[in-house]
Amino acid sequence: MIGYSVEKEYQGMIDAYERAGGDKSALQSRDVAKLVIHENRVLSADSVKGLKIETKETETGVNVNFIIEEGAKIPRPVHLCFGILPKEGLQEIVMKVDAQDNSEVHVIAHCIFPKAVKVIHKMDADIEIGNNAKFDYKETHYHGEFGGIEVIPKARVKVGKGGVWQSTFALSQGLVGKLDYDFEVTCQEKAVAELIVKAYGKGSDDIKIWEKIYLNGTGARGLAKSRLVLSDKAKAEVRGETYGNAPHARGHVDCIELVNGTEAVARAIPIVSVTDGKAKVTHEAAIGSIDRKQIETLMARGLDEDEAVDVIVRGILR
Amino acid sequence: MLVVEKLRLALNGKPIINDLSLHVEKGEIHGILGENGTGKTTIAYLIMGANNYKPTAGRIIFQGQDIADLSVSQRAKKGITLAWQEPARVEGLTVRDYLTLSGNHRKINQIERYLWMVGMEPGQYLDRDIDATLSGGERKRIELASVLAMHPKLAILDEPDSGIDIVSLPLILNGIVEMNRQGSSVLLITHSERVAEIAHRVSILCAGNIIRTGAPSETSQWFKNNCLTCPHINEPTDEIK
Repeated sequence: MIGYSVEKEYQGMIDAYERAGGDKSALQSRDVAKLVIHENRVLSADSVKGLKIETKETETGVNVNFIIEEGAKIPRPVHLCFGILPKEGLQEIVMKVDAQDNSEVHVIAHCIFPKAVKVIHKMDADIEIGNNAKFDYKETHYHGEFGGIEVIPKARVKVGKGGVWQSTFALSQGLVGKLDYDFEVTCQEKAVAELIVKAYGKGSDDIKIWEKIYLNGTGARGLAKSRLVLSDKAKAEVRGETYGNAPHARGHVDCIELVNGTEAVARAIPIVSVTDGKAKVTHEAAIGSIDRKQIETLMARGLDEDEAVDVIVRGILR
Repeated sequence: MLVVEKLRLALNGKPIINDLSLHVEKGEIHGILGENGTGKTTIAYLIMGANNYKPTAGRIIFQGQDIADLSVSQRAKKGITLAWQEPARVEGLTVRDYLTLSGNHRKINQIERYLWMVGMEPGQYLDRDIDATLSGGERKRIELASVLAMHPKLAILDEPDSGIDIVSLPLILNGIVEMNRQGSSVLLITHSERVAEIAHRVSILCAGNIIRTGAPSETSQWFKNNCLTCPHINEPTDEIK
């Protein structure tokens, strides 16, 4: 139950959540698991059968335990909404996830900082995916137009035998500010990991992406995929690392960075390593301007050049 | 509708198009038949304004206006479009989005009709990206459907048959005829006499110039007898000149 004193704050978060593309009705529904955190205050934390959300407020953020019980298949997506509405603030989320054996959940997270001028948002997560469990995590950020934000999401994910971890991190609305993304996944036998990052850097945005996948079990599979578009004076460095350490492990690193303009700077550092003769890891990285033929194809259908570029950018970040 | 007068283009000092003149009538399918390297794609780019090609000399008149200085978008807005020989692939752009923007946001049932016209079942394709997951032939047919959706006054089709399997070719040719029926003039660029047969008139291209124009059957036969056996690659012999 939300107390009267935080009702306005909660409404502010819901409104911002909707503006960032979130499903407002999901946050208002009683039968949907959700967690809403503004700064270091938990405004709403609702569990459902098979899924427990435990929280503890700290001086600078919130510690969260997220438990999906063994065999539980959570039928509706779980919604997370984290943010800071004022111009300044610090939010540190420390998260422990325990997706027990044979469980299944889909989590949709929105991180909202619409007026950020001097904001730091940190997430530090330890995630355990049990045997044959499936965890699908989609995180979308909205940062407003001031660029005064530092986002530092870090996660260490362990995926058990036959388990699946899929995550998508998207930051394409507003200015990124400074992003330091660091996800590391370790896969056991026949486990699957997919890490996808999509970001649109503008202004003086500074983006660092570091994706690491360790394929330690026989037949484990991993994909580290990143799609970045940079304009103005934005800069980005993407490190995609995949290690094939077991027989029949298969991994792929796939990075595309598009540079729109003359002052943006993009770097890609793919690292692929194999320590088992029966493992195979591949990579592809492409950095460059938006393909002229793509632009002209759309212009030949009547779009102006700027409209054509916009369609291509939206496509690659979709 | 389209008049090209004494067009020239040189790239890095090398002449590619040499005093080429051509006219396409309203409602006409006009075939350009030529072997590899004769300048077929270059003509397409020059008329569309693609690839930063600008004529070294000559004029490109569309509906009475010289369009040589217009951008690709401006030419498209006047009703000209181009289907590339190797269409671009755009990650994240669905067939539905591509045809919708090509058709100036026509309704979905109309969009679906254009896919049927090129032998593609909408349910299987509308939500797919026009990316590397499509085969070359599928991408070509989608390109033709996007031109159909646009209802252009002049469609330039650069080798619409290349990469198309023998089963799909009649669908492509029917699509072009249908495009013409719905009011578009077509500049049909090809190296295939079979494809050129659907044109009303055919011009033969050699070394960046039109060396003969006439009815499809007669011109195609002449092409077969003279061009396919010609040892002077891209160098018309004196008698042909």
